[in-house]
Amino acid sequence: MRLSSPVSIARDSAAASRGRIGYRSWRDRFFYFLFAASVLIGVLGLVTLLTTIVVDAWGWLDWQFITSYASRRPERAGIFAPLIGTTWVILTTAALTIPLGVGTAVYLEEFAGRSRFSRLVQLNIANLAGVPSIVYGILGLGIFVTLMDLGRSVLTGGLTLTLLVLPIVIIATQESIRAVPPSYRDAAFAMGATRWQVIKTIVLPQAIPGIMSGVILALSRAIGEAAPILMISGIVFITSVPTSPGDSFTVLPLQILNWVTQPQADFQSIAAAAILALLIMLLSMNAVAIWIRNRFQGERVE
Amino acid sequence: MRPQPNSVIADNSPEIADEAVLPASEVTLRKNRARRHLEQRLVLWSLRLTAVVSILTTIGILVSLLREAVGFFIEVPIWDFLFGTEWTALFVPQKFGVLPLVVGTFMVAVIAGIIALVLGMGAAIYLSEYAPDRVRRVVKPVLEVLAGIPTVVYGFFALTFITPQLQSIFPDLIIFNALSAGIVMGLMIMPMVSTLSEDAMVSVPDSLRNAAYALGATRFEVATKIVVPAALSGIVASLILAISRAIGETMIVFLAAGSRPQLTWNPLDPIQTMTAFIAQVATGDTEQGSIVFKSIFAVGMLLFLLTLAMNVLGRWVVARYRQQYD
Repeated sequence: MRLSSPVSIARDSAAASRGRIGYRSWRDRFFYFLFAASVLIGVLGLVTLLTTIVVDAWGWLDWQFITSYASRRPERAGIFAPLIGTTWVILTTAALTIPLGVGTAVYLEEFAGRSRFSRLVQLNIANLAGVPSIVYGILGLGIFVTLMDLGRSVLTGGLTLTLLVLPIVIIATQESIRAVPPSYRDAAFAMGATRWQVIKTIVLPQAIPGIMSGVILALSRAIGEAAPILMISGIVFITSVPTSPGDSFTVLPLQILNWVTQPQADFQSIAAAAILALLIMLLSMNAVAIWIRNRFQGERVE
Repeated sequence: MRPQPNSVIADNSPEIADEAVLPASEVTLRKNRARRHLEQRLVLWSLRLTAVVSILTTIGILVSLLREAVGFFIEVPIWDFLFGTEWTALFVPQKFGVLPLVVGTFMVAVIAGIIALVLGMGAAIYLSEYAPDRVRRVVKPVLEVLAGIPTVVYGFFALTFITPQLQSIFPDLIIFNALSAGIVMGLMIMPMVSTLSEDAMVSVPDSLRNAAYALGATRFEVATKIVVPAALSGIVASLILAISRAIGETMIVFLAAGSRPQLTWNPLDPIQTMTAFIAQVATGDTEQGSIVFKSIFAVGMLLFLLTLAMNVLGRWVVARYRQQYD
């Protein structure tokens, strides 16, 4: 690039633009590291959290810990009652959530069309998804405990958590129903099937993997919730396991909360051990969800 | 309503002939058809009932909140509640000015929001614009694990790890403080911002990026001048929803931020949030029907309305400012 007269100007501006390009590519690389660093910080936060818990819990999570009741003495305390309580409450929640959630989603996707009622329900579900969990606890306290007189029972806990996670199941089910190819439906309709027959034999079987992973996601949210259960049952010292849905109960997150607020250092360790047990439960549930998703993915032919 | 391909034959089929003159096979066919349609009608009604449950839930929330809150507002004027600057529900003399709880709530939420915005945006830009596909497929689910960890676990983490770390920076920091809770909550809501923002960024069409690259833009310039502005509505909405989540979160603030409602903007002070106050009353043995018991419903009502407003705002931002590409 040799210009005849204003050579010097051209040279200067070329140098300037080289410098500018240098600055721009330096800036590009600098921010690349900054962006990658924010991912790294997130991952490091997760690793630190897990390490802290494993280190604190080390040596405490053993068979005796799992099979013992809560105790005022840390070395004899265990998580048997909350473990069984959590299982009861989650099974109740699952039994209520699956029919209600899938039913609502099927209704909205397959029957309701764009009626005013369906838009109202849809808007309502979107709003319910953002309601804080402690407000659901207030609902449980106000409606199930006080108004319906169900007591501070497994049933109350299950009902409250059902309402809490229902939007998750509904939205996940709606998405997987929408993903069923229309050609499948059309083929069944062409054979003279009623809408319900199409749903029963074509849509639901196709949507099951998505529904299942939505349900597991919702239940793993329910397992970890402490606030709503705290609202309906308070901090309780439970030394028996529930044997029917009418019995009182405690759950793992509530027991953890109880131990974290104790001043003695050893209670921090057993809190960590209980957290580890809770995380192992959650992790295995999520692993099942991922397995289901991978197992059934890609089987669909368009 | 979706078109019902079978409705012409099934629902409106005229009575062609008397059943007596039809062949036997045709009779069973008709009976089957009648049975199937009865079944469908029953199913439709039971499904409609399940859909009503979600409406009943909203009504239930409002009823349970209002039943006690009305009693509270008879004793405490709503004006004193909303604009009072002292909250001493558990002491004598009792004062029910909610501002300290609201300010405490917002301080923690703002700290969490800043952390989630910086980290979440950085992560979203990295994942959508820089990361190779292989990295993204590993990193995204790992980050999402953060959102699935129970909040009581975060509370424990704040108390046993973050607060001691902060105390080595600020030696006279008290165990319970807003900063520690805010940092941990930021970590918790970060994947919400990064996932939703990344979804918005990925949906920006490549033609826009390629046009900028063709003009000689660097990746950073494409990310900040093309992709982020185009995906702005999704990013803003993700932040609003994440902050709304932070406002409604209970366990982290209950365990780590303290239980001292005071009107302060110093993040190193112990504070109390709205949710933490409700939880504190629930752990104690407050008498049902007492003014303190009723006050948690008034605070709950305010919390419900605040988060509802933010969620509606978040969805409105998406609907209003979404860029349509074809």
